[in-house]
Amino acid sequence: MSTVKLTVNGRAVSADVEDRTLLVHLLRDHLNLTGTHVGCDTSQCGACVVHVDGRAVKSCTMLAGQADGATVVTVEGIARGEELHPMQAAFRDNHGLQCGFCTPGMIMSAIDIVQRHGGKLDEATVRQELEGNICRCTGYHNIVKAVLDAAGRMKVAQAAE
Amino acid sequence: MGVEGIGANVKRKEDKRFITGKGRYVDDIKLQGMTFAQFVRSPHAHARVKGIDSSAALKMPGVVAVLTGQQIVDDQVGNLICGWAIHSKDGTPMKMGAWPAMAPETVRFVGQAVAVVIAETRNQARDAAEAVAVDYEELPAAPNIRAAIASGAPQLHPEAPGNIVYDWELGDKAATDDAFAKAANVVSLELTNNRLVPNAMEPRAAIASYDDAEDHFTLYTTSQNPHVARLVLSAFYNIAPENKLRVIAPDVGGGFGSKIFIYPEEMVALWASRKVNRPVKWTGDRTEAFLTDAHGRDHLTKAEMAFDKDNRILGLRVSTHANFGAYMSLFSSSVPTYLYATLLSGQYNIPAIYAEVMGVYTNTTPVDAYRGAGRPEASYVVERMMETAARQLNVDPAELRKTNFITQFPHQTPVIMAYDTGDFHASLDAALKSIDYAGFPARQAKAKSEGKLRGIGFSCYIEACGIAPSKAVGSLGAGVGLWESAEVRVNPVGTIEILTGSHSHGQGHETTFSQLVADRLGISIDQVSIIHGDTDKVQFGMGTYGSRSLAVGGSAIVKAMEKVEAKAKKIAAHALEASENDIVIENGEFKVTGTDKSLALPMVALAAYTAHNLPDGMEPGLKESAFYDPSNFTFPAGTYICEVEVDPGTGKTSFVNFVAADDFGRLINPMIVEGQVHGGLTQGIGQALLEGAVYDDSGQLVTASFMDYAMPRADDVPSYQLQHTTTLCPGNPLGVKGCGEAGAIGASAAVINAITNAIGTNKLEMPATPDRVWHAIHG
Repeated sequence: MSTVKLTVNGRAVSADVEDRTLLVHLLRDHLNLTGTHVGCDTSQCGACVVHVDGRAVKSCTMLAGQADGATVVTVEGIARGEELHPMQAAFRDNHGLQCGFCTPGMIMSAIDIVQRHGGKLDEATVRQELEGNICRCTGYHNIVKAVLDAAGRMKVAQAAE
Repeated sequence: MGVEGIGANVKRKEDKRFITGKGRYVDDIKLQGMTFAQFVRSPHAHARVKGIDSSAALKMPGVVAVLTGQQIVDDQVGNLICGWAIHSKDGTPMKMGAWPAMAPETVRFVGQAVAVVIAETRNQARDAAEAVAVDYEELPAAPNIRAAIASGAPQLHPEAPGNIVYDWELGDKAATDDAFAKAANVVSLELTNNRLVPNAMEPRAAIASYDDAEDHFTLYTTSQNPHVARLVLSAFYNIAPENKLRVIAPDVGGGFGSKIFIYPEEMVALWASRKVNRPVKWTGDRTEAFLTDAHGRDHLTKAEMAFDKDNRILGLRVSTHANFGAYMSLFSSSVPTYLYATLLSGQYNIPAIYAEVMGVYTNTTPVDAYRGAGRPEASYVVERMMETAARQLNVDPAELRKTNFITQFPHQTPVIMAYDTGDFHASLDAALKSIDYAGFPARQAKAKSEGKLRGIGFSCYIEACGIAPSKAVGSLGAGVGLWESAEVRVNPVGTIEILTGSHSHGQGHETTFSQLVADRLGISIDQVSIIHGDTDKVQFGMGTYGSRSLAVGGSAIVKAMEKVEAKAKKIAAHALEASENDIVIENGEFKVTGTDKSLALPMVALAAYTAHNLPDGMEPGLKESAFYDPSNFTFPAGTYICEVEVDPGTGKTSFVNFVAADDFGRLINPMIVEGQVHGGLTQGIGQALLEGAVYDDSGQLVTASFMDYAMPRADDVPSYQLQHTTTLCPGNPLGVKGCGEAGAIGASAAVINAITNAIGTNKLEMPATPDRVWHAIHG
């Protein structure tokens, strides 16, 4: 057992976990942040993507202990109160989700994609960058639309700040 | 339509919880004192279980119990059932082997459970499951259809000699033979419909808890049909009487058919929760999903079509072997029979059809309904055949289809179905225009000059949805009726709760069903709540599959609404001192026509519950329920056209364009409908290009993870061009047909027709990987 201390969604937290505990299970089982999902056991599906120190990471690829001292943001931590993150709003407005299970990981990956590419996103790039996130419901059509829409919204939001 | 009524692209009500991480799926739920289950599964495709030694596992930290197959048999938990009785040509019933929830004596597929460990934590259960020692005597395995029907093949079940479950037929053999005798041309084709793994993104999960004071069970489960689950668990598996068993299907992360069935894991979790008197949670991992979720498709088919000298179809003959895996899953028997052969007429006038289907046991995971269930297989046969025939007869594939389209409705096919309405020319024309078919030769020539092979392929699919008229399916062997129920509760303040037997696992019922109600009353969808997925709240209902929720479940809501509105009009007329025939409902008001007198819905509702001034003899309250049994199937149909470019150097296929023109009848929320089409098309493209469950000769599933089984990813598929044509379904009050499966039913044939058009050969199997395409080009 080890004690892991980290910041999750702006809150300092600590938990005593078995050394083999993955970050995703720390979030889900110990911190009750169940928005981050487990969709596979081979780090392929991306349902568990969170941000660790500002970068999108599959939280099933990381031991909880490796996140000691890190700053983690999950899907529960991106809205500002009642105001949705532009990516969340774009997924809703473009019908970019159906069953909702892949959605948190998609949203967290998509925010990272927009941040890395700035305003220079096109459909082909979005499709390539979403390689690590599997959705079985939407056929990706509306997810791609949502990410491109959000890229515009995030640019506007950034300019306003 | 209002801004939130029928036909409006309303944003989904359910989305907020999903985009903020507040969805509540089974694995998100924790109960006090909960234990964790880990199954001990067979590593062999076929073996005798000679002994199970749990002693080491029982000594490990946190282990509560190790339970085995023999114990579940001794406790008289029932064997798994198949709910649709099929009879062979000779009249004998299908030959089913026994399927206990955990195998006491013989395992017949890799992944079949033989024991379960219950422990305090998930990791402790996993560790202990590794320590359970099972002594297997390996037996020879039959890992596919050809191996299972070969002479001297290993026998799976003593009840099914030769591994044959049934040898079934449909249609008029003599009339079909006669048609072929008269034919000017005959076109033949051999096809494999590849085996698929549904792979809903949420793995199956179950939490069972037992209350010994009340002798009552609660089961949280990833189900598309919680009432059917409760019925089967109660009536056939002897878990508990229905009134002592509550089944809750909360947010469910996709189903595609695979969550219709009641699996061994739910049975074992319930049984074990009483054994250990603690709640038991099981959450499958992805490998367990690959090994134990019912697979789809897996047909080998030979087909022949007879044409007269004018290229009109005279007859169709189809012979199919269908793989059932090691056991008969809940609705498996119906999939390659009444959900398949009944659609072999496609969109065409075919005077004579004869189909025979041999169901085969193999040492593989059970096979059952997966998005489309039988109809994709039928559509693939008919549409590959039409394209092949056009090439052989040297006619344009669009023209050959037009020559043979059904244009008069209703139309009785030779294989049971009576198509109620449709306009097949309209959807084909819309698709031809959208893809600029006239410009294709020029595009093809330009691609050729750049060293690329350009191809175009059609698929004019039809399917039967709105499953199903109870009396009709009963006469064909179904063990259940396939109506749907609804209850409308108008609260004293005028808000409305709709309780539906349908279940949403991505389809957006909370929005679409609210729109139905809002449209009728002229109120906001925010005043309407949809409740589903809990057998303690909702009266018996049949659930969601076969694109039935709107056509059948929505129609039940309409029927219940009509009753509520009739009573509300009486109350309003009484209060307003008018005749009930003069009351109209507009913008949430009950108005007396031709006057300025009106009563708002909340006032009518309040009057119903205060009951101070109701018409003489009227019961208080404003709540009605209805059961709706459809009079016929519905028949969504359309044309998909796919244009691809193949790189002859690598065999890689790229999409140039994909057009889908569908006729789903009336659309309630076009945004949601289009989302369903996008998803279906992608699963169809996945089947055509990427997906395929592969077993090796010993029966090991070598594609048992997302690293080995190619799921469609964002850069494997194009953006789609969608068109809608409309003929209203005359069979239900909404005029709707269903849209959930069409994409998966129609897309595969369009893709393969396009690739074979590009490379100039008809011989190409799915998935058409670059390797297969390269070999098809270069030999």
